[in-house]
Amino acid sequence: MNLSEEIDRLQSRLSGMRHEARRHDVWVTIEISRHKDRPRTRDYIGSLISGFEELRGDRLRSDDPAVVGGLGWFESRAVVVVGHQKGRTLNEQTAVNWGMARPEGYRKAQRLFALAERHRLPVLTFVDTPGAYPGVAAEEGGQARAIAESMLSMGRLTVPVVATIIGEGGSGGALALAVADRVLMLENATYSVISPEGCAAILWRDASFAPQAAEALRPTASNLLELGVIERVVPEPRGGAHHSPAATAARLRTAISESLAELDAVPPAERRRQRRLRFRQLGEWSEGAGAYGLSAVPIIETEP
Amino acid sequence: MTPVEVQIESRNGAQAPSGWCCPECGALTERGEWRARSCVCPACGHHARIGARDRIAQLADPGSFSEEWSHLRTLDPLQFVDLEAYPERTRTAQAATGLTEAIVAGRARIENVACVLAVMDFGFMGGSMGSVVGERFFRAAEAAVADRVPLVAVCSSGGARMQEGVLSLMQMAKTTLAVDMLNETRTPYVAVLVDPCTGGVVASFATLADICVAEPGARLYFSGPRVIKETTREELPDGFSSAERNMALGHLDAVVPRAELRGRLASYLRLLKGGARDDESGQVGDAWWGATDVGRRVVGETRRAALRARRRVGGARRLVEKAARRAQEMVSPPGGEPQ
Ligand SMILES: [Zn+2]
Repeated sequence: MNLSEEIDRLQSRLSGMRHEARRHDVWVTIEISRHKDRPRTRDYIGSLISGFEELRGDRLRSDDPAVVGGLGWFESRAVVVVGHQKGRTLNEQTAVNWGMARPEGYRKAQRLFALAERHRLPVLTFVDTPGAYPGVAAEEGGQARAIAESMLSMGRLTVPVVATIIGEGGSGGALALAVADRVLMLENATYSVISPEGCAAILWRDASFAPQAAEALRPTASNLLELGVIERVVPEPRGGAHHSPAATAARLRTAISESLAELDAVPPAERRRQRRLRFRQLGEWSEGAGAYGLSAVPIIETEP
Repeated sequence: MTPVEVQIESRNGAQAPSGWCCPECGALTERGEWRARSCVCPACGHHARIGARDRIAQLADPGSFSEEWSHLRTLDPLQFVDLEAYPERTRTAQAATGLTEAIVAGRARIENVACVLAVMDFGFMGGSMGSVVGERFFRAAEAAVADRVPLVAVCSSGGARMQEGVLSLMQMAKTTLAVDMLNETRTPYVAVLVDPCTGGVVASFATLADICVAEPGARLYFSGPRVIKETTREELPDGFSSAERNMALGHLDAVVPRAELRGRLASYLRLLKGGARDDESGQVGDAWWGATDVGRRVVGETRRAALRARRRVGGARRLVEKAARRAQEMVSPPGGEPQ
């Protein structure tokens, strides 16, 4: 038999298997990030924040339980905490709308950001949402602008802001609480512009291609670290955070604590400048050189 | 002025040999007349979608628009492949529209008011916002601050550019911070929302303008009717997401017919520029980032180079692992009988 043909055959089979394995890994991460037993924002508040005083309401019309917020002590310093809250049981999930915030939730967040700025309190946010709630009342209540204003108000803070993606970081609804100086991410959390199912439905025209879409979107913590979108990956115990919530919380405590220490070393105005710069630089584009096949595209210029 | 050719017919799918057939009311209009009416149906007032070039021709004073930042071009940071590779999709969109990206921006004058004009084109990959759209918008905002002139943005978008993954999501934060810069430097900013304006764009710079107006009939929403129905099974109210309904709900300052748009924009710009100039806050521009333009670019370039390097190291590591595994497997092929 021809040995080199045999080697080629095995090699292509191997690379196919490796590809399958990678896709499988990404999908496993997606499933862990959505696991029903995964610790939620209130669990982290319970283990990281002492003397938590919950604050409610957007001061306009309502209180959205999908966003939890309040004051508390993190390692002996007073902080403002804001996060998406998912439930565990069906009743809890229904009560918090599966962690999908309405405009009221984002407006409550903005109120708390303003409170933090006024009283010079660092802000800790926890991100865990499939996305902003896509309902008629939410849309007509100004969901789009509520998200935009939430980002705007985070961008304006001069106090330290540390965001942690603890589970699902779903699209604009997640980013609305993550315009931070440091964005941390648990090892099995995901952060993406669209859910794999949504992406597959649009680009593959078939939601069952979600694993393919998940792989293409690169939503895992290591992907995001490479892309410069997050600063730090917080390792989880084997099998995921739900196998040892206490160990996960302890590691997250260290990561937040170290991030705050770094930020304390920077004066307030400079901190904000760096945060703005951080987001201003995100993205990848060509400044002309290295662009592909574009020479034929004309530049538009109206003649005088 | 250069005659501008658009492919509106192909986008609306409605074409009759003798003229333009309105998809709304079916009325047939002679093409020349239809063009003269800014692509608005004379029978029912339906505003057809128009491309960025036509829009600029309608809004900017003749000969006043000069495109800038067109050297910023799309990359494929995720090596994204769905049914088609991202670079292929980009090339197709470029060939179809004659544009380099989904936003065209530059310096212009509107009724002799100098401004920076940024216009999105829904025909280019659904007007989706990726890194280049975000960066061009940001540079447009910076230019408005530097020139001390207003920014006018015409927004039309299907949302974020999925092919750039989380990097396109980040453009929401980036463009939002550009608006923060405009606000802080007292730079007037007017947004025109045209059909359709949705997703990440409507939840960032489009709705944060000093003045937000929309064209009649434009659909404006963060989550679309299909997503709402699938997720919540709710019945949609009549006129859901239309400009008119958004106006009634308090989300817009005005619904402005296309023919009146240029005049209204000029009026807004003159009014917003009409305030007292009794402080120095208009000069915060340079101080805003606390870095010079050149310095900032260098920092950005360095950061991006570092990220690329990090990725290359990751790639190299994977190659080494692969080679090692391959060597291992040549000794004992997986699934095969050792020979
Ligand atoms: Zn008509």
